[in-house]
Amino acid sequence: MLVLEDVHTHYGKIEALHGVSVEVKKGEIVSLIGANGAGKTTLLMTVCGSPQASSGRVILEGRDITNEATSNIMRSGIAIVPEGRRVFPGLTVEENLHMGGFFNTKSEIRKSQDHVYELFPRLKEREHQRAGTMSGGEQQMLAIGRALMSKPRMIILDEPSLGLAPIIIQQIFEIIGQLREEGITVFLVEQNAHQALSLADRGYVLETGRIRLHDTGKNLLANPEVRDAYLGG
Amino acid sequence: MAANNFRHALFCAIITLIISYPIIGFNLEAQGISVTLTGADTSTVVLVLLAAVVVFLFQLFRDQIMGGLKSIPSPMPKTQKEPMAENKRAKIESWVLTGIVVLALFWPFFVSRGAVDLATLVLIYVMLALGLNVVVGLAGLLDLGYVAFYAVGAYTFALLSQYAGISFWMALPIGACLAALFGLVLGFPVLRLRGDYLAIVTLGFGEIIRILLNNWTAVTGGPNGIGGIPDPTLFGMEFGRRVREEGNTSFHETFGIAYSGEHKVIFLYLIALVLAVITALIIRRFMRMPVGRAWEALREDEIAARSLGLSRTAVKLSAFTIGAFFAGFAGTVFASKQGFISPESFVFLESAIILAIVVLGGMGSQLGVVLAAVAVTILPELAREFSDYRMLVFGAAMVLMMVWRPQGLMPMRRIHIELRRQE
Repeated sequence: MLVLEDVHTHYGKIEALHGVSVEVKKGEIVSLIGANGAGKTTLLMTVCGSPQASSGRVILEGRDITNEATSNIMRSGIAIVPEGRRVFPGLTVEENLHMGGFFNTKSEIRKSQDHVYELFPRLKEREHQRAGTMSGGEQQMLAIGRALMSKPRMIILDEPSLGLAPIIIQQIFEIIGQLREEGITVFLVEQNAHQALSLADRGYVLETGRIRLHDTGKNLLANPEVRDAYLGG
Repeated sequence: MAANNFRHALFCAIITLIISYPIIGFNLEAQGISVTLTGADTSTVVLVLLAAVVVFLFQLFRDQIMGGLKSIPSPMPKTQKEPMAENKRAKIESWVLTGIVVLALFWPFFVSRGAVDLATLVLIYVMLALGLNVVVGLAGLLDLGYVAFYAVGAYTFALLSQYAGISFWMALPIGACLAALFGLVLGFPVLRLRGDYLAIVTLGFGEIIRILLNNWTAVTGGPNGIGGIPDPTLFGMEFGRRVREEGNTSFHETFGIAYSGEHKVIFLYLIALVLAVITALIIRRFMRMPVGRAWEALREDEIAARSLGLSRTAVKLSAFTIGAFFAGFAGTVFASKQGFISPESFVFLESAIILAIVVLGGMGSQLGVVLAAVAVTILPELAREFSDYRMLVFGAAMVLMMVWRPQGLMPMRRIHIELRRQE
C-alpha cells in the first residue's frame, strides 16, 4: 500500500531523516513510535509531500508520489489526521465534515457523513456547534471523522492521543481498531507506545531519523529495549 | 495601585502636552518672503493645558469612569436576547435588504445633487470593500495594496477611452478583467508569503503601480492625470447638453425634457447602485459555493486545509483574483464619475480606508461592510463643520468603535449554533 524506500528528508541543510524504509501493507495497522524529535512527524509530512524527500522514494499503491504536489497526494485515497487535531474552529461540525469531502459529490458526502455519525454519535449531537467550542476528545473525533469523509483507503494518524484523557484515548483506539475492520489501512504515529503497539500488526521504532527496530506489535511490546526506552521499564 | 495610577496619569498628561502644544500652540506666519514662528494666543495655550488636565483626571479615575460606563445599559439591548430563528431572521433580512435597495433606487430623485454625488462615492466604496472583504475577511490574506487594482480599473478605462475611444460599457468588463489579471499575476509569487510579509509585499505592489502611473508620462500623463473621460451612455443616449460622439443622441432630446445636469449624476448613481448590488450578489453566491468554504477553511487552518487536498495556491489565487476583479469594476465607475483621474487618487491612504471599512464592518460580513462603507464615507463629510479637526473626529470615532465593538459593526454570522442537550 505505502512504501518508503531509503527516504532522506532535509529541512534546509539539516537532515531530519537519514534513509528511512517503512512498509505498510493493505489492511494492516502499523504503528510508528519514537521519542520527541525522532522524526515521526517529519516522516508523515514527507509522505504528504511537504517537505518532499530529498532522496529515496515514496510509493503509494504502486505509484511514485515522491515529487507530487501535496494537494494531489491528499486526493489519491489517503487521508491524514494532523497532529494537534487542527479542526476548523469557526466552522460547525457539519461544515468541518463537508470540508473533508470537498472533492466528492453531494450524495457521497451525505453517505460518508451518516457513516461518520454512526462511528461517532457524539458528533451527531454537536452537528451545528462550532468545532472550536468542543472538548479535545470531541475535536479529535471530528478530525478523524473529517479524514474519513474522503473515503480513504488509507488513513494516517499523527498522535491521536495527544493531550487527551485516558478514557478518551481508549475510545479513540477502539475506533481505530474498527477502521481496520472496515478495510482501511492505518498508519499510526504515537508517543503512547503501549497502546499503539498492542493495537498494531507491526511496529517501527524511529530514533533520531533512523529506523531502530522493526517487528510485530506483540514482539516489540515484549522487547526489553523498547520496554526500557518507551514503556517506562 | 493609586500611586501607579497617578504615575500613569501624569505620564499621559505630559504626552498630551508634548503632542498638542507644538501642533496647536505655534503658528507659522508668512511675512513677506520669510516665514516666522509665532506663539498662539493665550486662550489656545490655556485650552491645551486644560486638555492635559482633563487627560490627567481621566487617567487618574479611569477605573471608576470605565466602571460607571459599564453600568450604562448596552446600546443594543437586543444582544442579550435569544437569537431569532435562523430562517425567520434570514427572511426578514432579505426583505429589509430588498426594501433598502428599492428605496435607494428612488431616493436620488428627491434629494440634492451633492447628496447623490456623495452617494455614488459611497457605492464605489461599497464595491471596493465587498471585493476586499473576499481577500481579507474570507480568505484571511492581509492585502495593503488593494488600491492598485482599483487604479488598474480606472486607468484601463481612461487610457482606452483616450487612445481607442472605447465607451464605458465596453471598458467595464475589460477594466475588471485586466484588474483580475493583475491580481492573478501578482498572486503567483506573493501568495507563498504569510501574514506580515504578504502585507508588506502587497503594500509595495500598490506603490509600484502608483509610481508607474506617476512617472510613465508619455502614456498616462504622469501627475497631470487623464481628463475628458466620457460619461456612461444609456443605449447610445448621452447625458451632456450636446452630443459628443457621432451617431449618439442626447437623453433630454429623446425624451423631450429640459436639459438638466442632474440627469447625469442620477444616472451614474443608478449604475453604481446596480453594480454594487450585482457585486454583493455574486460574492454572496461565491460564499455559498465550495470555493467560499475553501477560503474560510484556509483562513482558519492552513495545514488542515492542505491535509484535505486543497491546493493552497489555487484557493488563495481565486480569492485574490476575484477581489481584484471587483476593484477593477469600482475603478471604472470611479473614472467615469470623476471624468478625470490622476495617481493622486490611488495613494496608500485609499487602501487603508478600504481596509478600515472591512475591519469596521466586521470581517467577512457583507451587510456590516456595506454599513461601514456608508459610515466611513459620510462621517468625514458630516464632520466638515469641524474643518481642521475632521480627521481627528474621524479617528476618534474609529477608536471608540474598536473599543466598543471590536468584532465590527455586524460581525459575520456563521450558520446558527444549535446546542442540544447532552445525554
